[in-house]
Amino acid sequence: MHFTINGQSFDVEPDIRTSLLDLLREHVGLTGTKKGCDHGQCGACTVLVNGRRINSCLTLAVMHQDDEVTTIEGLGTPDDLHPLQAAFVRHDGFQCGYCTPGQICSAVGMLDEAAKGWPSHVSESLDDGALTDEEIRERMSGNLCRCSAYPNIVDAIREVADGARDERRVGEEAAA
Amino acid sequence: MTKRPDQPAATARLDASVQGLIGTALDRIDGPAKVTGTARYAFEHQGDAPPLYGHIVGATIGCGRVEQVDAAAARAAPGVALVIADDPRLVSDSASGSEDALPAYTREIGYFGQPVALVLADTPEAARAAAALIRIDYTIADGRFDPPALHDAADPDPPRPLIPNRSIGDVDAAMAGAAFTVDAVYTTPHHMPAAMEPHATTAWWEGDRLTVHTSAQGLSGTQRMIAGSMGVPREQVRILSPFVGGGFGGKTGVVVEAVLAAMAARETGRRVKIALLRRQVAHLVHRRSETHQHVRLAADAEGRLTAIAQESIVSQKPGRGFIEPVAFGSLSLYAAPARRFTQALVHVDLPAASAVRAPGEAVGSFGLEIAIDELAEKLGIDPIELRRRNEPENDPMSGKPFSSRQLLACYEEGARRFGWERRSPVPAIRRDGRWWIGHGMAAAFRGNFTVESRARVTLAPDGRATVETDMTDIGTGTYTILAQVAGEMLGLPARDVAVVLGDSALPVSAGSGGSFGAGSSGSAVALACQTIVERLAERMGVEPDAMTLKDGHAIAGNRRVPLADLLGGEALSVEGHATPGAHTRSVAQASYGAHFCEVAVDAVTGEVRVRRMLGVFDCGRVLNLKTTRSQMIGGMIWGIGYALGEEGVIDARTGQFVNPDFGEYHIPVHADVPHLDVHFVGEADGWANEVGAKAAGELGIAGAGAAVANAIYNACGVRVRDMPITLDKLIAGLPEA
Repeated sequence: MHFTINGQSFDVEPDIRTSLLDLLREHVGLTGTKKGCDHGQCGACTVLVNGRRINSCLTLAVMHQDDEVTTIEGLGTPDDLHPLQAAFVRHDGFQCGYCTPGQICSAVGMLDEAAKGWPSHVSESLDDGALTDEEIRERMSGNLCRCSAYPNIVDAIREVADGARDERRVGEEAAA
Repeated sequence: MTKRPDQPAATARLDASVQGLIGTALDRIDGPAKVTGTARYAFEHQGDAPPLYGHIVGATIGCGRVEQVDAAAARAAPGVALVIADDPRLVSDSASGSEDALPAYTREIGYFGQPVALVLADTPEAARAAAALIRIDYTIADGRFDPPALHDAADPDPPRPLIPNRSIGDVDAAMAGAAFTVDAVYTTPHHMPAAMEPHATTAWWEGDRLTVHTSAQGLSGTQRMIAGSMGVPREQVRILSPFVGGGFGGKTGVVVEAVLAAMAARETGRRVKIALLRRQVAHLVHRRSETHQHVRLAADAEGRLTAIAQESIVSQKPGRGFIEPVAFGSLSLYAAPARRFTQALVHVDLPAASAVRAPGEAVGSFGLEIAIDELAEKLGIDPIELRRRNEPENDPMSGKPFSSRQLLACYEEGARRFGWERRSPVPAIRRDGRWWIGHGMAAAFRGNFTVESRARVTLAPDGRATVETDMTDIGTGTYTILAQVAGEMLGLPARDVAVVLGDSALPVSAGSGGSFGAGSSGSAVALACQTIVERLAERMGVEPDAMTLKDGHAIAGNRRVPLADLLGGEALSVEGHATPGAHTRSVAQASYGAHFCEVAVDAVTGEVRVRRMLGVFDCGRVLNLKTTRSQMIGGMIWGIGYALGEEGVIDARTGQFVNPDFGEYHIPVHADVPHLDVHFVGEADGWANEVGAKAAGELGIAGAGAAVANAIYNACGVRVRDMPITLDKLIAGLPEA
C-alpha cells in the first residue's frame, strides 16, 4: 500500500489490524506521535488527516491509502519550529513532553476549525467566532496532560491564534 | 569534590548570580526536541533488525490459584515466536524500589492482572491476538478487596512505616477539656499515578551485556533490580531513560514489563519491546492507598490548638512494605502541646500500594486542612487568622529550629493577591446566576530531603561545559536547571552547557522522587563546578573568591582571560558528590505554601467549577522560574482532580479496577482548569543544600484539594469529607435555590 505522510511517500504492507498510530510508530519510524491509551481517550496520538485532527489509534492504517497525513514531524524541526511549537516552548506548554505532539497537532486542527466558524459546546452563538480561553479549553479537552500544563498550553495557543488573527487582519487591510 | 555540610552550605557564586542565569525563566533546553517529536521515549528505539513485540497475559481473577494453562493454540498462531506460560522465567509482580529483584513467578494469584504468560510475536497485533487464545483454569478464592470492611482487623502498629506512629501529650484529655473541638472522619479513594506514557521497555543483549531502554524515575535501583532478576552482575546491565513520559511515583520502581522484556530478549536473542496496555497500567503499576483519616482538633476559646490528632487506616498487599504516610504533611504544620499521628494497616488482595505524587500530604492535607476550616467556623474567626495563631516557633515534633519557613508570608501575600478580605465567612451567601460562589484556602507543606547524588562536570578545551549524571528529567526540568546551575557557577551562557542524563553508565544520582531531585542533583553539579572554579583560580593565580566568571571568561584584578586560554588545550573534569550532612539533622527543613480557590456550585445540579486558583509558595531558591511555576501549576491541578474527580473504583467481587483508563478514571482536562496564579516568596535556604533549593515538585499538590473542598463548603454550605466531591454528595444538601 502507498501512504503519503508529511508529503513523503511510503510503501508499506500493514496488517489489516494495524492502526494508523502503529503504522506511524512501528512501520515508518515516525515515533513523534505518541501512544498514551490506544482507546481514543487521551489524544496523545492526534495527527492531521487531510487537515483534520484525528485520534490515530482509533483508525486503521488501511483506511488511509489516499489521504494526506501530517504528524508532528511534518510541522517543524528543532531548527525550524512551527509557530505553535515555538509558542509551546516559550510558554512551557508541556513538562514530560509525551502528550505534546498530540496537543500541538490538535491545536493546529482546532485553530482551523475555529477559523472556519465551526461552533463548540460552549459557543454563545453560531455567529460569534471569538476564540476565548473558554473556547480553547473546550475544544482542546480531548487532549489530556497528566503533568497538567493546561494553563500554559492555553497561553501558547492563544498567542498563536491572536497572532494569526492579527496577520489575517493585516492581510485583509492590505487587500482592501 | 565531596562535601558534608554541617552548616549553611549554599554556594555564594549562585547568590551573586553574575552570569544572571540561575533562577531565570529560561526555556527548557530539551523543549525543541519535545515539541517536534524528536525526543525518543522507551518504546521508540527500534534498532536495525525487526524487533519482537511482547504481550503480557494477566490473571482474570483477583485471588486464587492457577490450575492449568493451555497455550497450544497461541503457540500455533500466526507470527508467534515464543510463548512463555505458567513458567518460572516469568515474574509475578512489580517492585517498589528497595528490592534486589522482582518477585518470582507463582501460581498463587494475589491481585487482578498478575502475569501468567508472555506472548512474543513479529507484530503487536499478532502478539495480542495469540494472547487471546490462551486458556487459564483457576481455583477462585475469596479475596480481601474492600479495605473499609477490614478496618476492624487493622494492624495498629505495622512494621517499617515511612513515618513512625507518634504520640505526644494526652489528646483525649485535651479534647475533653477544650472550648472547641472537631472530631470527624475524612476519606480519600484509591488514586492512580496515570502517567501519559504507559510503562514500556525495549531490551536487547549483546553477548552477556544487557541494554534496557525503559521509563524510570531513578536508574540505579532499576539497574539493581533488573540485574538481580536476570541473575547477572549489575555492571553488565545498562539502563537508558533520557526521556520519561511522566512518572508521578509510578516509575519509582521496576514494573514487570522491564524484566519480562529483558528475559524474553535473552531467550530469543532478539530485541524485544513490551508496553503495558493502558488498562494493564492500573493493575501492574501501583496505586496510592485509599485512606481513612480520623482527625481530632481541640482549641481553647482564643483558637489556640491544644491537641491535633490524625489517625489513619491505609491498605497494602501482603509482602509489600510501603505504608502511605498520611500525616507526613501534618506533623509540623501547627503548634499544639498534645499531638498524635498514627497509621494502621489492612492487608488486601489488590495491586500493591506505593508512592504516588506527594505520598502523605496529597491526601493527608484533605483531613487536616478541612478540619482546620471547620474549626475556624466554630470559633467564628478567619481561617487564616486561626492558622496564624497556631504558627509554631520551632518544629513542634522535634523542637528543632526551622531552616526557613515563610508560611505566614504565603498567607499574607496570597490573601492580598486573591482578595481574601472580600470572602463571606458565612456559607451559601453569594450567587452568580444559577451558581453559588465560594472561596476557600488551605496551607501547603512538603518536607525537604537531600539524597546522595553524584554528577560529573567537564570543561572542554574550548571552554564549553558538559554535565553528566544518571539523573532523570520526568518533566521536572532537570536538563534545564542543571544547565543553569553549571552555567551560573562557571560563568557560561546556557547554550555553552550540555546536559546528559538518563544513562546508568553515568555518575549515580538521587533520581527523581520525593521532591529531592533538583536540590540533590543540583548540589552535586554545584560541588563539581566549585572544584573547577578552584582550579581555574589557581591558574589565574588568585583566590577563588577574588575571581569572577562570566560569559566564558575568568576575571580577576584587571585581567579578563578566556576560559579556553586558561585550559591550555586540556579538559577539566570533576565529579561532584552531594550528601546529606549534619545540617539535615540540626534543623527542620520543609517547603510551604498557601492555596486560594474560588468555586462555583450549580444550585440545582451540584456541578462544581473551579473559577480561580492562586498559590503562593516558599520552596527556597527557585532554580528556574518557568519550570518551577509549571511544577506548582501541575500540583494544583492534581489537587483539583483529587477534590473533584479522581477515584479508583474496585469491583469488590473480583478485585479489579472497574475504571482503569482515562475514560473512566477522571483526571482533569483543559475545560476543568482556569488560569492559575503562582507566586514565590522564598529565598535560598542555605541549610537545605548547596543550591539552596527546597522541595518543589510535590509542594503544589499538598493542600490544593483541601482549598477546593473548603471553597465548595463556603459556596453552598455542604461539607463533604469523602473525596472526591462529586455532585451526588452535594445535591441532597444544597440550599433552596
